[in-house]
Amino acid sequence: MTEVLDRPVETPDHGHEQHHGPTGILKWLTTTDHKIIGLSYTVTSVMMLVIGGAFAELIRAQLTTPNGTLVSLAQYNELFTMHGSVMIYLFAGPFAFGGLANIIVPIQIGAPDMAFPRLNALSYWLYLMGSITMLSGFFTAGGAANFGWVGYAPLSSSINTPGAGADLWIGGLLLTGFSAIFTGVNLCATIFYLRAPGMTMFRMPIFTWNMLVTAILILLAFPVLTAGLIMLYADRHFGTHIYSVAGGGVPVLWQHIFWFWGHPEVYILALPFFGMATEIIPVFSKKPVFGYKGMIFATLSIAALSLGVWAHHMFTTGVVLLPFFSIMSLLIAVPTGIKIFNWIGTMWRGQIWFSTAMLMAIGFLLTFLIGGLTGIYLASPPLDFFTHDTYFVIAHFHSVVMALVLAGMGGLYYWGPKVTGYLLNERIGKIQFWFLFIGTQVFTLPLYLLGLRGMPRRMAVYPHDPQWKFLNDLSTVGAVLIGVSTLLFVVNIIVSWKKYPAGDNPWDGHTLEWFTTSPPPHHNFYRLPQIRSERPTWDHNHPEHKAVPHGKHAEVTP
Amino acid sequence: MPTFGASQGDSTSSRSVFHLWQGFSVLAAIIGGLVVALVVWAALRYRRRGDAIPAQYQYHIPLELLYTIVPILIVFGLFAATLVVENKELANPKTSVTIDVNAFQWGWKFSYPGTPVVVVGQTTQAPTMVMPSDTNVHINLTSTDVVHGFYVKAFNFSRYALPGVLNQFTIRAVKTGTFFGQCTQLCGLYHSLMFFHVKVVTPAQYQTWLSQNSSNAAVAAAAQSAQSQQSATYVPAKTTLSSGVK
Amino acid sequence: MKVEAKILLTLGVFFGAMCAVYWNWSLENAGGVMMFAGMLLCFLPGLYYYWWSRRMKARPEDDPHATQSEGAGVVGAFPGTSIWPFTLGMGAFFVVLALVFGIWFMIPGLGLVAWAVLGGTAEGRRGGRV
Repeated sequence: MTEVLDRPVETPDHGHEQHHGPTGILKWLTTTDHKIIGLSYTVTSVMMLVIGGAFAELIRAQLTTPNGTLVSLAQYNELFTMHGSVMIYLFAGPFAFGGLANIIVPIQIGAPDMAFPRLNALSYWLYLMGSITMLSGFFTAGGAANFGWVGYAPLSSSINTPGAGADLWIGGLLLTGFSAIFTGVNLCATIFYLRAPGMTMFRMPIFTWNMLVTAILILLAFPVLTAGLIMLYADRHFGTHIYSVAGGGVPVLWQHIFWFWGHPEVYILALPFFGMATEIIPVFSKKPVFGYKGMIFATLSIAALSLGVWAHHMFTTGVVLLPFFSIMSLLIAVPTGIKIFNWIGTMWRGQIWFSTAMLMAIGFLLTFLIGGLTGIYLASPPLDFFTHDTYFVIAHFHSVVMALVLAGMGGLYYWGPKVTGYLLNERIGKIQFWFLFIGTQVFTLPLYLLGLRGMPRRMAVYPHDPQWKFLNDLSTVGAVLIGVSTLLFVVNIIVSWKKYPAGDNPWDGHTLEWFTTSPPPHHNFYRLPQIRSERPTWDHNHPEHKAVPHGKHAEVTP
Repeated sequence: MPTFGASQGDSTSSRSVFHLWQGFSVLAAIIGGLVVALVVWAALRYRRRGDAIPAQYQYHIPLELLYTIVPILIVFGLFAATLVVENKELANPKTSVTIDVNAFQWGWKFSYPGTPVVVVGQTTQAPTMVMPSDTNVHINLTSTDVVHGFYVKAFNFSRYALPGVLNQFTIRAVKTGTFFGQCTQLCGLYHSLMFFHVKVVTPAQYQTWLSQNSSNAAVAAAAQSAQSQQSATYVPAKTTLSSGVK
Repeated sequence: MKVEAKILLTLGVFFGAMCAVYWNWSLENAGGVMMFAGMLLCFLPGLYYYWWSRRMKARPEDDPHATQSEGAGVVGAFPGTSIWPFTLGMGAFFVVLALVFGIWFMIPGLGLVAWAVLGGTAEGRRGGRV
């Protein structure tokens, strides 16, 4: 049953909504609308993806010859440092929690906006300026940061890496760090305080649940990174000796602090994309999420465990408690496995429609399977000792992050129409999918072998083992295919520009965002349906096909 | 049993590590194969046919419990196997040979305590660490500047050289030969070229080598030729990087 | 509000247990301190929500039988267009540049930050624009 709702939102000195206001650049500079902010985040982060991707193609080009001279040794160190930094700090996180979550979470729970709209806008500006700060290192005399995206001490000290590039890297991360923290606050407050009537916690979509857990992880982890960075800056400029042996400091302390943030960070990156897949798969299988509560339990388990596994990045230091981190890291595979089985269970006995979004979600599932399984090897210290810092690790995390990219593309194809009001061309989308999926496997699989054959990471040249060239070239083919898929995505946007109006619910979506218009109006909803399960729009459109009820949160009859 | 990409290596612990690798791989292949089969089957068997809406079931508690508990059990099994190999690999048996390994930007220094023998080399002038086979060799590993990685593929092993920390481990090589090693932890400009060799010889040959090199003349000559070799191709003196500020 | 509180409190308890095991077993202080702080960070809002959930009146969003009309009316204050987030962001940017290129960048940096803090607060009190 629909109830026509009058849910006006008022600020103290206005009786009615006003939709005048600035236009053009001034509108962009002063907006506090989560949809516009989220769109800005998405566009900026995709630009970062392209920049990071360009660095990747340069890396692959350098590695086509064992003694490559495309870039110098120094430039190569900058390349992989900034490739990793841009992809992790400036693309993946902001795309997920600043971009898509910003747009979608309020609409999924029936809220008019995020809880703190001006703070939301501030988050975006901090992110943009932080990105510019970090990248501007390239324009300094010493070049951009070159000590790896992890910035290990003492390599990152002022003695070993003097120069503004390193400080700009630190400064950029301070800005983007606070951006993330403020977004975490906003997400928590919005989810806790702005849900629509009937939208109990256990009726929220899994994407929103994942964003809540992501927000809590952001609040737990990012301040640790910020503190570590401030200490690094102090060592570099204020004469402290926190990380340097000479003054009684402990270099490995940097690794503890960095990875205490670093491991939750990879789940901060992964959970939103898991959520996207969990939204897409049910809709295109015409079934509800299988194991809804199990999914939530798995997500919370991942978050809880993720604070206790950081030193599996430090197994080879010789100074960490191996068994503790080994068992915790092995355990964290279990909730991920639960999710994979739940996704399969969602597809099982469904009516599967292979739209681009669904293809991307399935591609994500299969690619993440590979990445997840290889991660289990790395959780075992004896196996980590000979794969750490080799291409095996690079292959592992590229399997995982390319899986996230696949899911992200799925998210764009799925929610793009809701945000813009227009569909993307499905035929081009499917071709893009195949280039991306096949490209990902062709790119990553040779790298596993390379690592097992002894090729370490962060190598500009490999003159002593020229036979590694074949696998490197094979991997480069994959990287080129991925590049082509990115171009196809851009082509699709251009070709589909304002061409295929989407309507409110092009996919017969289940969750609340599909009840409103595409794009949603100012403050998101003209009317809201009755909410009696985690699929309010589905229940409204298919009242005779409600889910088999379970627990206290679903009702069969209105 | 297939190798799954790894090799058994040339030390005692490298072989147990290799077997652990194979065990993990068999399990990964089975689980991975099962999941891929399920996904492919579901994708093919349940493709959309018509517009009928399928039964909207959304949970099956026994099944969900199954794929929660079974993975936990598998995980504990993997952990037990890990502990066995790990304890063996990191054991501290009585050793008769000790070698001090010092990593620096961008080379390696091998010292043999109790003798004046020192082997040092930078970047591509990869110094050679001579050690006896079938002997427990104790390695003391440290760094004088930044973090480096001591990695020898033939031993299926690596360990960080940390400044201010003495890392210790034991290697027992089972085969003679010359094995390649390099730095695996980013350490600056010439990280890609920080090579070394491990030359495993018979215990008798090792003793010969050690006593030969202990004589002052031999040491001086080695140091001299190492010196001139260093200036040959690369000049990896600590360059000041051009920088704008400070 | 009870579910929200339980999530945070459960996480906090888990972090506390994990911290106890880890710190005692490893005797490594950095990780122990960080896990302990994580536990406190969960207890802080968790206890607040728990305390509040037992005192607040039922909210329509916690009621599985709620109707939309129960939520009708003013939802909250949602400040509309505002130049202050951008100003504050630019101020923070210049402050960071001061860390890299010289303290004199603090003049525009702290200046813009102060201006944004004052302007944004005043805007909030005045009610801002829709």
